[in-house]
Amino acid sequence: MASNAASLASNSTPLATKAASFRRQHRIGRAVIYGSLFFMAAFYLMPLWVMITTSVKHLDEIYAGSFIGLPQQISFDAWRTAWSEACNGTACKGLKPYFINSLLLTIPAVIMSTGIGAINGYVITKWRFPGSNVIFGLLLFGCFLPFQAVILPMAQTLGILGLAGSLPGLVLVHTVYGIAFTTLFFRNYFVSIPDELVRAAKIDGAGFIRIFVSIMLPAALPIIVVSCIWQFTQIWNDYLFGASFTAGENAPITVALNNIVNVSMGRKEYNVDMAAAMIAALPTLFVYVVAGRYFVRGLTAGAVKG
Amino acid sequence: MSRSTPLSNRIENWLPRLVLAPSLLVVLVAVYLFICWTGWISLSSSMIVPKYDFVGLNQYVRLWSTPRWHTAVFNLFVFSTLFLALTTGLGLLMAILLDQKIRVEGTLRAIFLYPMALSFIVTGTAWKWILNPALGVQKVVNDLGWTSFVFDWIAQPTFAIYCVVIAAVWQSTGFAMAIFLAGLRGIDNSVIKAAQIEGASLPLIYRTIVVPMLRPAFLSVIVLLSYIAIKSFDLILALTNTGPGSATEMPSTFMYSATFRRDQMGVGAASAMMMLMTVAAIIVPYLYSELKESRDGQ
Amino acid sequence: MSTLEIDRARKLYGELEVLKEVSISIGTGDFLVLLGPSGCGKSTLLNMIAGLEEISGGEIRIAGKVVNDLSPKDRDIAMVFQSYALYPTMTVRQNIEFGMKIRRVSQAERDKAVKTAADLLQMTHLLDRKPSQLSGGQRQRVAMGRAIVRQPKLFLFDEPLSNLDAKLRVDMRTEIKRLHARLGTTIVYVTHDQIEAMTLATRVAVMKDGVVQHLDDPQSVYDRPANVYVAKFVGSPSMNIIPARLEVEDGRPVAAIDIPGAATARLSGISLSSQAAAKYAGRSILVGIRPELFSVAGEQASQALTVNIDVVEPTGPDTLALFQAGGVEVTARVPPRAVAARTSATLAVDTGKIVLFDADNEQRID
Repeated sequence: MASNAASLASNSTPLATKAASFRRQHRIGRAVIYGSLFFMAAFYLMPLWVMITTSVKHLDEIYAGSFIGLPQQISFDAWRTAWSEACNGTACKGLKPYFINSLLLTIPAVIMSTGIGAINGYVITKWRFPGSNVIFGLLLFGCFLPFQAVILPMAQTLGILGLAGSLPGLVLVHTVYGIAFTTLFFRNYFVSIPDELVRAAKIDGAGFIRIFVSIMLPAALPIIVVSCIWQFTQIWNDYLFGASFTAGENAPITVALNNIVNVSMGRKEYNVDMAAAMIAALPTLFVYVVAGRYFVRGLTAGAVKG
Repeated sequence: MSRSTPLSNRIENWLPRLVLAPSLLVVLVAVYLFICWTGWISLSSSMIVPKYDFVGLNQYVRLWSTPRWHTAVFNLFVFSTLFLALTTGLGLLMAILLDQKIRVEGTLRAIFLYPMALSFIVTGTAWKWILNPALGVQKVVNDLGWTSFVFDWIAQPTFAIYCVVIAAVWQSTGFAMAIFLAGLRGIDNSVIKAAQIEGASLPLIYRTIVVPMLRPAFLSVIVLLSYIAIKSFDLILALTNTGPGSATEMPSTFMYSATFRRDQMGVGAASAMMMLMTVAAIIVPYLYSELKESRDGQ
Repeated sequence: MSTLEIDRARKLYGELEVLKEVSISIGTGDFLVLLGPSGCGKSTLLNMIAGLEEISGGEIRIAGKVVNDLSPKDRDIAMVFQSYALYPTMTVRQNIEFGMKIRRVSQAERDKAVKTAADLLQMTHLLDRKPSQLSGGQRQRVAMGRAIVRQPKLFLFDEPLSNLDAKLRVDMRTEIKRLHARLGTTIVYVTHDQIEAMTLATRVAVMKDGVVQHLDDPQSVYDRPANVYVAKFVGSPSMNIIPARLEVEDGRPVAAIDIPGAATARLSGISLSSQAAAKYAGRSILVGIRPELFSVAGEQASQALTVNIDVVEPTGPDTLALFQAGGVEVTARVPPRAVAARTSATLAVDTGKIVLFDADNEQRID
């Protein structure tokens, strides 16, 4: 026994060194991982930081060359200008009217596209009929449609419908092209709800509408949130449709922002540009901060199977 | 069996189809009919307003003999390659690093992802400011003492497209990260444990076991990023406005300006059809395989 | 009265025929178990009775009334599902009440019905919980409660126990049996578990490939299975099916089974009609012997096989002894420690209970 213990002891020295070097390596590895993550985080936060600080600096300070530093004096003048005075080439009313436009068009379009998507997803998963899968496939391609391919006919059609250049026209366009994504969301969600639930409800005497309202919708709350957030972000951030189908007074905020930034008269007011960009970004940033979890789900749902 | 079913039953049977019908109709019109319509315009001699005559492939010939379109296609190629490589690589790196039981994972994830919530117009505006040689990053570095430092890509026709790449990568990496992270979380931990017991180092395990298992995530990321790349439009308008000159022209901006600014509707429609075909060539096989798999899975 | 008659019911999915003219009829208070492996059509048949699947041909009558074209809610049935199918956003009480609400039953009556069902299933304390807060067994109870309050003519159970762990499954099985005894309602119950079928049923229909192979009371199905398929499906360990030769000695049938390394075993005392004996004389047949028909006997015993035991598997109450006979592996159920592995043993057979099958079509020979 004694000799055994001795041999164990003699062996244990290299083992201990091994363990120590393992621990050291581990610590270094962790430091490298955290270091790279924080470096990347700084890079990702930098533009936001620059936008915010620039927007509260005086123009003189900006031109004096303080790009990344803290403002010497915080002033919200640029925000006020961006909100109510900035010029976009045609008028000098700031972003406010266009912010309101965006709200007025985003809210109904989000509600309608989500509602339609919910009922489509319900039919496609729980009331399958011959051809319902083909219909889903047809809808799905709409998620990946390059909108340039439909802009011209859509402009013509809006003209025929008398909706050219109007907010209701833009609401219609966003609703129509939102259906593909919302249907995908609800389809992927409802697929995971067992069909037996629908059968049980049928035996309980519930019909198509009752099952949807009393059983599926209450169970679909998370995906309703996902769909609303996704649609809100998409529609609020849209530029192409807004620029193509509205003009002047009816433009959404992204179009107005781009016009304000690209107006070149006299000394460029970078602080106003940044304040305007922040104003345009705030609603979606707010939604992201409040409901980021659901936002991520919406993003990853683009990978079809979800 | 031909039996007379009660009326209420028959309505119940047809209700789902009736409910789905309007959506189907709208999509058939607004997607498929409109695509055909655009295709038709691309075969006509339309200039300012649509004309429904037939000039064969003339507009496509005109399109492909426009130097601006060549620039656009070349830019799309450069942009997509770099954008895909950088976004996928960075996204994967972030996901792997975040998967190492990081204490502040939630916060870091939120930081990497927030640009996805922004409009490309906002992103473009911010980066235009950052990349501004007179007041932005170049100035900061110059003021720090390195006076010869030059970072004026945004003003250089040959380099401006890389500015678009930087801003687009910044905006989209979080998206790739989110999908990779979801993929990593779906991998059975015991595989990694088994490899560790065999003495494989962590980088080796990731290279030889984990990353190959992320194949489906790679497919999703690459397909969806390609789609973002092809349709990217607002970012270019806000960041470079296709300049300097037309150095950062892309198919999407080309289509828009041909149609709405230069009164060449036929050429615009032809370019839109080229974009559509490119997207379809990537997306349709992808959708087909995804749907087929999910059907087989059931 | 709540009888159920299934009359040449067929189910087609396009060209594919998943049910081929199935006819089953049971009386009031019967407990019918549809037994078979997955894909045999048993769940499809249940769904057709429920009205969840269309009937492609034939008729289904509940209490004498043709229900082919009635929607589920008009068939006076209730159903318990494999996944329980509890509405996730409703409380237990709301789950149970849902059907009554749709039928516009008054609040007072609903409360009474819920209370009765809750008392019966001992789940009064669970009424205000959500399904996600319940255990598997509790969810099962709620699903049964939801069915009970309908007071239907017919209860339908679709593999209700297969999501439960082994212990709970046995308890719930007893509970279902007790419920059937108390309520006396006719039940149709789908399962792939032959023990559930044996313990619960008054009538068992063993199904395969959309055809009913055998319909009878459980003991008859066990003792005299209609064919080799039923013989192997019902019972665990399953019935031994041993290739043999039928000979006739002194006008009496004898089954001759080859034993490797020993004399051919000759079993007489088999119950077989003289016509069948004459028809199969000298031909190959299959002999069906349940493991428990073997017993350890002295070397001189008649109606016995002397065999080499390969493996013994003690199960506690008794031991399974495995050996070769007729070119197949045979299992015998013997008392603990009665035989040892890799020794020779003489096993007597209760030949009066063995069953013979045609070697070609595998149907039972009487």
